[in-house]
Amino acid sequence: MFKLEARPQASLAMRYASPAIAVVLMLIAGVVVFSALGRNPIEGFQVFFLNPMRDLNAVTELLLKATPLMLIAVGLAVGFRANVWNIGAEGQFLMGAVAATAVALAFQSSESALVLPTMVVAGAIGGALWAALPALLKTRFNANEILTSLMLVYIAQLAVSWLVFGPWRDPAGFNFPQTEMFSDAALLPMLIEGTRLNYAFILALGVLAAGYVFMERSYTGFKMRVAGESEAAARYAGYSAVTTIWIGLLAGGAAAGLAGMAEVAGPVGQLTDKISSGYGFAAIIVAFVGRLNPIGIFFASLLMALLYIGGEQAQQYLSLPASISKVFQGMLLFFLLGSDVFIQYRLRRSARQ
Amino acid sequence: MPQEQPSSGTQSATPRLKLSGITKIYPSVVANDNIDLTVMPGEIHAVLGENGAGKSTLMKMIYGVVKPDAGEMMWQGQKVTIANPAHARELGIGMVFQHFSLFETLTVVDNVALSLPGKQDLRALSERIRQVSDKYGLPVDPRRIVHSLSVGERQRVEIIRCLLQTPKLLIMDEPTSVLTPQAVRKLFETLRQLASEGCSILYISHKLDEIQELCDTATVLRGGKVSGHCVPSKESPKSMARLMIGKDLPVCEHTQAKEGGEVLLKLAGLSHASDDPFGIDLQDLHLEVHSGEIVGIAGVSGNGQQELLYAVSGEECLSERFPVQICGTQAGRMSPGRRRRLGLCFVSEERLGRGAVPSMSLAENVKFGAGKRRRLVRSSLSDFKAARAFAAECIERYSVKAGGVFAQARSLSGGNLQKFIVGREIMQDPKMLVVAQPTWGVDVGAAAFIRQSIIDLRNRGCAVLVISEELDELFEMCDRIAVIAKGRLSPTKRAAETNVEEIGVWMSGIWPGVDATMDQARVQA
Repeated sequence: MFKLEARPQASLAMRYASPAIAVVLMLIAGVVVFSALGRNPIEGFQVFFLNPMRDLNAVTELLLKATPLMLIAVGLAVGFRANVWNIGAEGQFLMGAVAATAVALAFQSSESALVLPTMVVAGAIGGALWAALPALLKTRFNANEILTSLMLVYIAQLAVSWLVFGPWRDPAGFNFPQTEMFSDAALLPMLIEGTRLNYAFILALGVLAAGYVFMERSYTGFKMRVAGESEAAARYAGYSAVTTIWIGLLAGGAAAGLAGMAEVAGPVGQLTDKISSGYGFAAIIVAFVGRLNPIGIFFASLLMALLYIGGEQAQQYLSLPASISKVFQGMLLFFLLGSDVFIQYRLRRSARQ
Repeated sequence: MPQEQPSSGTQSATPRLKLSGITKIYPSVVANDNIDLTVMPGEIHAVLGENGAGKSTLMKMIYGVVKPDAGEMMWQGQKVTIANPAHARELGIGMVFQHFSLFETLTVVDNVALSLPGKQDLRALSERIRQVSDKYGLPVDPRRIVHSLSVGERQRVEIIRCLLQTPKLLIMDEPTSVLTPQAVRKLFETLRQLASEGCSILYISHKLDEIQELCDTATVLRGGKVSGHCVPSKESPKSMARLMIGKDLPVCEHTQAKEGGEVLLKLAGLSHASDDPFGIDLQDLHLEVHSGEIVGIAGVSGNGQQELLYAVSGEECLSERFPVQICGTQAGRMSPGRRRRLGLCFVSEERLGRGAVPSMSLAENVKFGAGKRRRLVRSSLSDFKAARAFAAECIERYSVKAGGVFAQARSLSGGNLQKFIVGREIMQDPKMLVVAQPTWGVDVGAAAFIRQSIIDLRNRGCAVLVISEELDELFEMCDRIAVIAKGRLSPTKRAAETNVEEIGVWMSGIWPGVDATMDQARVQA
């Protein structure tokens, strides 16, 4: 018989090994999934995991896909560390995209260099405002932020639909639900010519660095961690719970809004009703796989981007359903949570009586 | 009730319980090493030892919570392996835990019903709870939700829960720490009555005077091993202490307080209604604490101590400024952080989760609280080196046993964590220190050390307010003592001019000049 036994001290090694173990388990399970679907597992593995990294172009696509994920995840991590459960990054992403689009459409004929910075600011504010609603509801009425932030996602989705089907629909767009293409002044410049990788990637790295300093080095970040670990301890030390909630939600909202801006001003170049591919939800997994740590989030977002692109490839070359990406995402989170048990516990043979 | 004849000390009957060679090994420590223990019917048997000596582990094995790794257990002459606490209760073993095992979100009567076999009629059960609580002087309202009960009240529920099951062996783990001296006496009467009815009692304690007063025989544990057996009535406290800790009891040096220090904490008519419907409303509290003196507040837990602490520390903000004055500043509406900046430091009752963050390292745990005062934060960025140095100094000066500054707070034993927290607060050179339950669950050596540290701090001119439920401790440390009962504060009295008896009476809510209209029947003593 085996039993789980609490470790006297949480295992640091396991804390960092756990995501790696989860990835390996996911790959093994992936082999089983491919076999069960009647595909050659080696070929499946090749298409799913190696194809997205085959050349420079593929790698830039990977980085492009990872950009919104790392932006959102690092913002969410600020809140998650403080037990502020913002589940609505998807909605904040959309509202950031809407705000940036509003600026782009308003200055469609302008060639000013200020259009893009204005869009960046608008995107961040748009996302932050959408996150301010759950923060207000939580601090004023003690409404659970998990529910309110999640429900606001659906409102944001409908708002985007209304805009692209209604007032913002491109008159020359054959009735497709999308806005006009942005002018060049409203598009992010390319980082590497000939690819789609743009400066949003640099922006994301900057946000990661800022997140690192804030969470690991700043006193405010420390206070928020104390609040996340123990409410009573934060109160004892005189840290404000209200401030923690506001910072936690606004950071997540602003970062998600930036990601939304980067998407409309980047690879897509317009607002459509399919602007997000579930980045806001996938980023939650990214944040946890990355241990709520900016460095970990960087690698986790690459992994998640790989799952996105690998899923598309599997669709294309192996004619597997699109949901294969979701299956892999789900397996990754599942195995991560399973491995995380061993941070606090260890497996022991129970003594025979 | 069991039908065996009462204890006469020389009977040849089968032992109620006999343990031989019981051993329990935990990953990092041998908690019990080859323990033998025999309890006769109707015997009150003390298990004496410091915190960490292995008393609680041994009792948990008898109660079926923990399984021994080796050894044999005989129950009334039969070899038994106790599978779980339900099995233990079936055999007739009841236990009152030191750390309570109650469901916080359920009512008292629900909690009691859960420990009884079968489905219970809650109304009838409530009535039985009332009867037992009246009989044994353990007042508690069966309808209340456990999380709103104070520590003392929770313990009453535990005791009542056991007594309802008419046990043959009752295990009491440190039961008196939250009772008034009068209530302790009442409890002892109850226990003696139970023993005379044939019930055996295993009485776990580190309080020598109690054991001498109550127990027929004693088994002394030290470091997980039996260090001796004795008959307490034939021993002196000194000789038992030597068995228990291997050396003489440490005594605090307590010199006369300096007179006429400046007033550093003033409560000027502090009244505060509790948000909690079962909380205690503070009513018109007046108190002055001067620099260079220690003022103690005695009282049975759940009489407003928590509310008073929250109001003084700032964890609960008041609506007006004047009732709490710290170092001459009206601080009633200030946050805990601002009060700290005025020079107030604070050791809370709960160590893990309030005084320290369990999952954070000691180096991080010094930062919260001491961050601003000790400049562990510079231009809003943390200074890790300073924090590590501060934590290391604290560990060294207060002889905290820990695996270094990176050890998680939760990996420390209760006593060591308490030393660490007290050290952290004292090392900030406070002008005013508030300490709640300074030595709750701390071993004798560490307790003496903590008390001495606080006395030394007073000698350096700090004003100290101690809130404790242990009267002996207050008399050992304090210059003046007041009593809190039902949210009201008595006048202070010099410790030298009063005694345990008088303070004990005050603890039930009666002191000279107390408001005559006060409903004494409702005092929670």
